[in-house]
Amino acid sequence: MSTETVSQIDIDRTRGDFSYPESHTFDAGTGLTKDTIDYISKVKGEAEWIREFRHRALEVFKSKPMPTHWASKDLENIIFENIRYYLANGQKPTRSWDEVPEDVKRTFERLGIPEQERKFLAGVEAQFDSEAVYSNIKAAVGEQGVIFCGSTEGLREHPEIFRKWFGKVIPTGDNKFSALNSAVFSGGSFIYVPPGVKVKHPLQAYFRINAENFGQFERTLIIADEGSEVMYMEGCTAPKFETATLHSAVVELVAMKGAKIQYVTVQNWSANVFNLVTKRAIAHEEAEVKWIDCNIGSRLTMKYPGVILKGRKARGEVISIALASDGQHQDTGAKMIHAADETTSNIVSKSISVGTGRATYRGLVHIPKHLKGCKNNTECDALLINSTARTDTYPAITVRGTGNSSQHEASVSQISAEQIFYMQQRGLTEAQAMSLSVNGFVNDLVRQFPMEYSVELKRLIDLEMEGSVG
Amino acid sequence: MRESRGAQNDKIQMSSLSIKNLHVSIGDKEIIRGLTLDVPKGQVHAIMGPNGSGKSTLSKAIGGHPDYTVTAGEVLLDGENILGLEPDARARKGLFLAFQYPMEIPGVSNANFLRAALNARQTEGEEVEATEFYAQMYAEMDKLEMSRSFTARSVNEGFSGGEKKRNEILQMAMLKPAYAVLDETDSGLDIDALRIVSAGVNALRGPQLGVLLITHYQRLLDYIVPDVVHVMVEGRIVRSGSKELALELEERGYDFIKDELGEPALA
Repeated sequence: MSTETVSQIDIDRTRGDFSYPESHTFDAGTGLTKDTIDYISKVKGEAEWIREFRHRALEVFKSKPMPTHWASKDLENIIFENIRYYLANGQKPTRSWDEVPEDVKRTFERLGIPEQERKFLAGVEAQFDSEAVYSNIKAAVGEQGVIFCGSTEGLREHPEIFRKWFGKVIPTGDNKFSALNSAVFSGGSFIYVPPGVKVKHPLQAYFRINAENFGQFERTLIIADEGSEVMYMEGCTAPKFETATLHSAVVELVAMKGAKIQYVTVQNWSANVFNLVTKRAIAHEEAEVKWIDCNIGSRLTMKYPGVILKGRKARGEVISIALASDGQHQDTGAKMIHAADETTSNIVSKSISVGTGRATYRGLVHIPKHLKGCKNNTECDALLINSTARTDTYPAITVRGTGNSSQHEASVSQISAEQIFYMQQRGLTEAQAMSLSVNGFVNDLVRQFPMEYSVELKRLIDLEMEGSVG
Repeated sequence: MRESRGAQNDKIQMSSLSIKNLHVSIGDKEIIRGLTLDVPKGQVHAIMGPNGSGKSTLSKAIGGHPDYTVTAGEVLLDGENILGLEPDARARKGLFLAFQYPMEIPGVSNANFLRAALNARQTEGEEVEATEFYAQMYAEMDKLEMSRSFTARSVNEGFSGGEKKRNEILQMAMLKPAYAVLDETDSGLDIDALRIVSAGVNALRGPQLGVLLITHYQRLLDYIVPDVVHVMVEGRIVRSGSKELALELEERGYDFIKDELGEPALA
């Protein structure tokens, strides 16, 4: 499959599909060499240990083959030499929308970000290409000792916390793309929540790709200290360009004893973004980590959020929805690594394939023999809209020992012509009938989303369904 | 004289569900073979017929199911031919089908489904008012002896046969069609459910509604008394009469009509 032959669904993305002309002060140029890394490191004014970390990562990236022995051959269409790895204007993120450069501010205003911040968020970070342009946290939250800033700033201002966990949950060599991210990372969020602090409202980051042939490599690290609670939400968009764009993030979460982290993603990438993301959490004793992941758009998404259940009674959860439209491949799933007694994990995955879209579920659950009282529940349901759509399920569940249990349910269903006729007979158009059926299919999961996001998700599904019927 | 009769016919068609010389095939097989029928607004017409006579095909074809091909004829709704329209456009013009086997729609609540169907009938941008909607829905549900819990349950999912049929009549009551085709609404109903569903349909009878009642058994017609009874055999109406015709059928079976028609009709 080459770039030219991929058919792309032309749906209305009016809210995300626009871009302003670029004028970057700092541009690392095209292609990836040692010089690229030195350039990024110099522009960011980084400590020597980070520069060395990047160089080691570049070697790992080069030495690792593309994982095409199990993953999509479409990965071979990523031309690393053609990508631009760092674009920024050298500005520090501001605390006020007024100080954000005009063209960037217009972008985020069109996406409704400042408005959402006023309405229901405890803090917002907005990243434009490689760097955060805005980062603000409500005073009351900041006063509790909560740190929320861009990772560039976090590394500079809070190395004592950052360095301890950086690259520990996801080592550089975890996979080829985590190595790539480790070499050229820029932006992303850094959050630290002190012991016992419960952040009531969500913190939100918004990732925006504005430039063509660009790679966005944000790096997010969230540390919830003992007994603390935090919810983080991220939204992602990019305009539709002629050529492929790469988004390859690394997200590491650390939930200390008794802490709770919820991480919500609603991405709506345009149909030529390769979205290859590594997300993993460590949950210590009695901690809870919940990934809520919603994947719409992109050309190929590969993402399997995981939780390492390291402490006794830790709990991990992945709730995911994937919608693969014409020409798109959503290759998503979850990983649950049980490493202590009485740990529990829950995976619920729902995918929808439309037209020539393809949804793949990969789930890894590991419970070793020496543990006691561990439980896993996995449910994965796939919905096919047309006979040309495709779905695959690859569960890999290893449960050893006598006191552990796992339960796995999978289903594949198709919206039948009879069901559509029934709904049409009540006065709904074919597109409305499809949309209602799809929303019904994901309804029990969507109810777990924050209100604002569930409304957005319903709107995105409506748009996709309108595009899928003639 | 001639002209005035023509004008009279036009007048009837202007407020009737009128089927003219309809031919319907599934694949290569012709099921409906030149059926003509007129259901004026305000009347209830029953179609009875043996299994395989094409009764359900007729309802699906009127509704516009894509698997049924109309090869000739017309279906006029208040004088307008609806055969070129999508099923949803036919519905919005006032046609309602109560299904023999209502479909389940997982994850979509009864209340949301009804609201979506009602909103589809509003002008662009308008929506039904929520308080009014619920008040009306609860009133109709009470008449059908449906528990309030049905509003939050997924459409028809896990419903018993009787509950599904009641739900069809609830939808009909809410959508207020001009013409309703009830396809074997009595099938799978016990005597209590039959009484409730029939009472629901009877409550909707009136000058603004024409009903085409498709049934295999005379029993239903004890509860919903038709103005006219038609007998359908081999894809055609072979006999029409008053409600006594149904009793005669019950007594003598469909064979007497087939015998009267003679072998050629069965060929």
